[in-house]
Amino acid sequence: MSTVAKFPERIHAASTYDLQKVRKDFPILHQTVHGKPLVYLDNAATTQKPLAVIEAIENYYRRDNSNIHRGVHTLSERATEAYEKVRAAAQKFLNAADTKEIIFVRGTTEAINLVAQTYGRKNVGSGDEVLITAMEHHSNIVPWQLLCEEKGARLRVAPINDRGELQLDEFEKLLGPKTKIVAIGHLSNALGTINPVREIVRLAHAHNIPVLVDGAQAAPRMPVDVQALDCDFYALSGHKIYGPTGIGILYGKAKLLEAMPPWQGGGDMIASVTFDKTVYNRLPYKFEAGTPNIADTIGLGAALEYLNSLGLEQIEQHEADLLAYATKSVEAIPGVRVVGTAKEKAGVLSFVMEDIHPHDIGTILDTEGIAVRTGHHCAQPVMQRFNIPATARASFGLYNTREEVDALVKGIRKVQEVLG
Amino acid sequence: MSDVRELRELYQEVILEHSKKPKNFRAIETANHKAEGFNPLCGDHFTVYIDVQGGAISDIGFQGSGCAISKASASMMTQMLKGKTETEAEGIFTKFHDLVTGHAGDGQDMGKLAVFAGVSEFPLRVKCATLAWHALRAALKGDQEAVSTE
Repeated sequence: MSTVAKFPERIHAASTYDLQKVRKDFPILHQTVHGKPLVYLDNAATTQKPLAVIEAIENYYRRDNSNIHRGVHTLSERATEAYEKVRAAAQKFLNAADTKEIIFVRGTTEAINLVAQTYGRKNVGSGDEVLITAMEHHSNIVPWQLLCEEKGARLRVAPINDRGELQLDEFEKLLGPKTKIVAIGHLSNALGTINPVREIVRLAHAHNIPVLVDGAQAAPRMPVDVQALDCDFYALSGHKIYGPTGIGILYGKAKLLEAMPPWQGGGDMIASVTFDKTVYNRLPYKFEAGTPNIADTIGLGAALEYLNSLGLEQIEQHEADLLAYATKSVEAIPGVRVVGTAKEKAGVLSFVMEDIHPHDIGTILDTEGIAVRTGHHCAQPVMQRFNIPATARASFGLYNTREEVDALVKGIRKVQEVLG
Repeated sequence: MSDVRELRELYQEVILEHSKKPKNFRAIETANHKAEGFNPLCGDHFTVYIDVQGGAISDIGFQGSGCAISKASASMMTQMLKGKTETEAEGIFTKFHDLVTGHAGDGQDMGKLAVFAGVSEFPLRVKCATLAWHALRAALKGDQEAVSTE
């Protein structure tokens, strides 16, 4: 895992990363916004797509488009092979034990809802508890609230400290016989905090409690090994790992997935159907009812291949260097305060400015061609924890440069000039 | 640069002054109308208090937090509407809405509120400019639920 403190040692490693070549792979980056070169720093919301992804989707529709797992004709065979190849690539990407543990879903949100509605409905009952943390995205809060409401269960929330780090001792105290599942983010989208997932899993497993990890922000920023983490579920979104929207991955341990009831019914998820009885298909198809998002799955495959070609370790080092540089530069501006100062952090720099609302920061930065997110980042409880209505957030991607960080700093000074 | 000019149009001195030192920024205990306005996308949140006597707004105030545009708009709204009848207030609301959405020219007949004409160049900020106004409308109608921009 990366730490900002290690950044001086990383300069050598980062220098092998050919940033200018990487930037050429992303057509969208080469444009001006309001007459200024685009500085895209909203990667935690969604990432841009390399040409390889755009072309993979286009080629699929031009050459191979067909329904999968059905026809005996050539196009169907090609489409099926391409689709299943991505499953194998996803297995390698996460180091899952088996391809049947990879389920294609619409995104992280759908993955979490799937687990809440199947594993959750089956295993969480009246008086039971679901444990999350105070830094979760709404998508890792609301599906559990819905479940708890339905079952008469209780949502428990492990607190975070003023740096935005999970208070592990408090977390441990909340684990007990009533806890039926733990759901935690790997990397906080609002604060950038990296959670000690391995340790969290160890603590939960000591009580035989399974752990779901929301990996939406971690997957694009660090190598993920689900077997090393020993987590039971891992969810991620394609569009945050430089792939298309509308496709994501749910990893689940086979033993758990086998025991779970299906989620949606329909074609592809069945082995046989009569009006008396339906036998469900084997994993992973049990959880993939209906014609899936084939084109975007193939686009996701191109994204995984692209990330592998650069190397997740290299990307992690590049972003650690950039975050350290950005943190130092932004903190040095008087009147600016960074929110989220965890020791283990990646990719995200949230900040507030004295007497200036984040919305106004966002508008003025936009006129400088700089795209940042302003608001509560779908994490209203995090804003409440820090007693602020919103933050401005710069979030980095594999193609961002130190020059772009300099542009951000210049932009922040412009904000102060206009509104000061 | 036209963008700098647009920015100056949006963040006019008057708007910045009102956002830093808002007028009528207070709760009115005796108000007989009150409503909340909330923008769930950015967390802006205002409560508008109105005391209506004999069909006219005898006192008006607001509290809450938001960006420069939403706060200045709320502040200037309270100044503009004190003493106006409910019907007049409704008319000013409509004109103001047309102004910030670019349907009312330069707002010559809007008095001080004309400074908000620049908002029409920033469509994403229209909700900021109209938040307190929507709360005002809800308050006059006697709606109990908080109004939301979404």
